[in-house]
Amino acid sequence: MSTPIDLPRWADVILVPALSVAAAFAVAGLVVAGIGEDPFTATRLLIAGSLGSVEGVGFTLYYTTNFIFTGLAVALAYHAGLFNIGGEGQATVAGIGAALVCLYADFLPGVLLIPAGILGAAAFGALWGFVPGYLQARRGSHIVITTIMFNFLAATLIVYLVVNVIGERGVTETRAFARHAVIPYVHEALRALGIAAPTSPLNFTFLLALAAAAGVWALVYRSRLGYAIRTVGANPSAAVYAGISPARMIMVAMTLSGALAGGLAVNELMGVQHRLLLEFTSGYGFVGIAVALMGRAHPAGVIFAALLFGVLYQGGAELAFDMPAITRDMVVVIGGVIVLFAGALEGLFRRLAARLVALGTGFVAARRVRTAEEG
Amino acid sequence: MSAAVEPPAIELVDIDKRFGPVRANDRVNLSVARGTVHGIVGENGAGKSTLMSILYGFYEADGGEIRVDGTPARIRSPADAIRLGIGMVHQHFMLVDSLSVVENVMLGAEGGALLDRGLARARAELDRLAADHGLAVDVDARVGDLPVGLQQRVEILKALYRGADVLILDEPTAVLTPPEAKALFGLLRTLREAGKTVLLITHKLEEIMAVTDRVSVMRRGQMVATLDTAATSPPELAELMVGRKVLLRVDKRPLAAGEPRLAVENLSVVDERDCLRVAEVSFTVRAGEIVGIAGVAGNGQSELMEAIAGMRRPTLGTIALDGTVLTREAHTPHNLRRLGLLHVPEDRLRTGLVPAFPAYESAALGFTDDPAYGRGLLLERGRMIAHLADRMAAYDVRPPDPLLKTSKFSGGNQQKIVLAREIERAPKVLIVGQPTRGVDIGAIEFIHRRLIALRDAGVAVLLVSVELEEIMSLADRILVMCGGRITGERRPEATDERDLGLLMAGVEGRA
Ligand SMILES: Nc1ncnc2c1ncn2[C@@H]1O[C@H](COP(=O)(O)OP(=O)(O)OP(=O)(O)O)[C@@H](O)[C@H]1O
Ligand SMILES: [Mg+2]
Repeated sequence: MSTPIDLPRWADVILVPALSVAAAFAVAGLVVAGIGEDPFTATRLLIAGSLGSVEGVGFTLYYTTNFIFTGLAVALAYHAGLFNIGGEGQATVAGIGAALVCLYADFLPGVLLIPAGILGAAAFGALWGFVPGYLQARRGSHIVITTIMFNFLAATLIVYLVVNVIGERGVTETRAFARHAVIPYVHEALRALGIAAPTSPLNFTFLLALAAAAGVWALVYRSRLGYAIRTVGANPSAAVYAGISPARMIMVAMTLSGALAGGLAVNELMGVQHRLLLEFTSGYGFVGIAVALMGRAHPAGVIFAALLFGVLYQGGAELAFDMPAITRDMVVVIGGVIVLFAGALEGLFRRLAARLVALGTGFVAARRVRTAEEG
Repeated sequence: MSAAVEPPAIELVDIDKRFGPVRANDRVNLSVARGTVHGIVGENGAGKSTLMSILYGFYEADGGEIRVDGTPARIRSPADAIRLGIGMVHQHFMLVDSLSVVENVMLGAEGGALLDRGLARARAELDRLAADHGLAVDVDARVGDLPVGLQQRVEILKALYRGADVLILDEPTAVLTPPEAKALFGLLRTLREAGKTVLLITHKLEEIMAVTDRVSVMRRGQMVATLDTAATSPPELAELMVGRKVLLRVDKRPLAAGEPRLAVENLSVVDERDCLRVAEVSFTVRAGEIVGIAGVAGNGQSELMEAIAGMRRPTLGTIALDGTVLTREAHTPHNLRRLGLLHVPEDRLRTGLVPAFPAYESAALGFTDDPAYGRGLLLERGRMIAHLADRMAAYDVRPPDPLLKTSKFSGGNQQKIVLAREIERAPKVLIVGQPTRGVDIGAIEFIHRRLIALRDAGVAVLLVSVELEEIMSLADRILVMCGGRITGERRPEATDERDLGLLMAGVEGRA
């Protein structure tokens, strides 16, 4: 048994992740110094590239949108005690769902078509989450194995569909969605209001992502269903005692998780690419695992972690451009180090945080005593 | 310094420990002489486990000093404690089921990268320990296959193997059958002969009387007395613990049983491995009656309770509530709660609560569809908290903080949270498993009174307990289970522990 370290909630939610990020950056800084670049310049470039301009912020938030969805998907399943690493596959299949609606139901007006497309994505993603959930719940097939397999299945399925069924001849993508199936860009909306804004892929799916985070929060922490899901995740035999069916909750959680992963397809396809193409998920689904871990499976934490990874992605791209010695892969390595520190080595930082908190409270108490004596 | 005044093996001076607003240890002093068995008693939440956790390095004290053999020691982790010769036997064993006894014992003390040398040494050492202390166990057995009593012995061996001179046991008998407990005490006596020092926490005063040399009493975080065991008595200890006189026996009105409420007919249950655990059991429980099921743990009582409560499908037989046989569809925990059959499960941490939840959420387990917790899809936190706050006051749960994480309450207080949850729902039939396991004397009195009050109010109570005294004093009828069968039925006034013991040993089933 490890020593139980109890921390105040704020320290648990903010201090521990902050410490692990700081440590990850320190390690990354050493690596940067190791290849002969200046880590401080690199950090400055990273921040400037991601947050230093309106355009940069746009790109950062666009990445953040993807990470919020995939992070929430992992987080929700996690509350049911499941490790869903099938975000890639679920988002891929969700993309097929969105594309089918946007391509073949475009007789609908925009106010209906866009919601229908979103629902199509959610439904297909949900289906791709449900099946592994079902296999886990009823057949005992391990969710990690099945979701990995379903990632491969989805990758194959989309190739077949796009190349042989719904794609354009000769290219690996479909025709473009109708204009009214497209979720508007934020810069377009701003320009319509007379505000000059640089072009970026940021679109209104970002708001949907924030709403999804709020929804997941209410579901997990405030609803009866969420209570049941958490009970199954935390203590399955107490769930049976309470009359909650673990099998059912596993299926429900995986279905919702898949639907959330579908948000990635909405952002990428209906928001940016405006067509279905291969490999649009580009690994965002896997980053979602890191985001959920780092955000401690709490929706607010997921938003912050998603923002951090958004900064890393956007700033990293700029950095790779300005400092060719640093490739984009190195930025991914930083992400990996953060995950290592936030997940695997968490205990280390908890210990450190506990010391800091103890120091802090001691300091405050001492000061209070001093003021009392003086007063 | 002359050899005449040997310093105490363990000395705790002015130990302070706070958890938020709770003063778990408030300037606690304790001195334990080498080669003695020292008991610690106190109500649930008095701070016993906290004090021992500080000594073993799980927690760091906020203030005070620990001296080992007279030398001030800084114990910041269990590793420090082990280095100083302090070992602890955990209530929830820290063993790896799939490994053998010898592998478990050397785990974490392998002594090198290659196992064979360490294994040989561990084997030799275990043989020596077994010979010295009569601690015989098959060193090659898989730990998962051993009964609980022997697993505990492996824990003790593990501590001794690491060189423990001082052994801490926190409620070691809570999980043991009476014969296993007797064997443990024999072992503690031999350890004492060998010069080891034992710190024993228990709620059972007869155990204190039987095996300790001195006993310390804690109350609400403070050490209120340390006495020579020979010069005290259970009533005195109980009074010191609780701060008032405690009735060790319960009074109850004569039986006025009514209609049969729960009728079990020919019930058979198999477990996950398809072993028959309950074999053709039949009995009824009437309104206003407590039926006690006695038996050595593991003789099918758990499976019987779970089957009745809808957590397990019986393979054969029927269960009727108020004369209506439950169909397969109706026999779910959810529906049973609606029909008024409530269940206090025997394992509160594994089944009755969710340790990771705040208390107010654990207190709603099984009842989240109650409209009092909010309408529609959402649960209203404020109402759940207020609801538990009321019950905490009524049941004297300490600390009365509905937001505290369930796992942070002491064992007895967790039990009160479960009991309050079920009893307050006005049951018609109540199934109670081990209601006072790990619960202090004052709380036992309280829980027993509640159960009697329910009976007097016309509830049908099925009580399963391995404590014969509890069964004898509460039950109106006693059924004895052995090997999954009911081996006898007695009236409490027409039987004694010997008689029940024979039935428990199985007149027909396996011994
Ligand atoms: N980690 C913790 N965080 C907050 N409070 C705690 C923690 N551990 C213990 N407490 C509180 O400290 C007090 C003392 O608890 P402790 O476990 O030492 O009691 P105990 O005497 O061992 O009781 P029991 O007989 O029920 O096991 C209790 O009020 C308990 O709720
Ligand atoms: Mg305790």
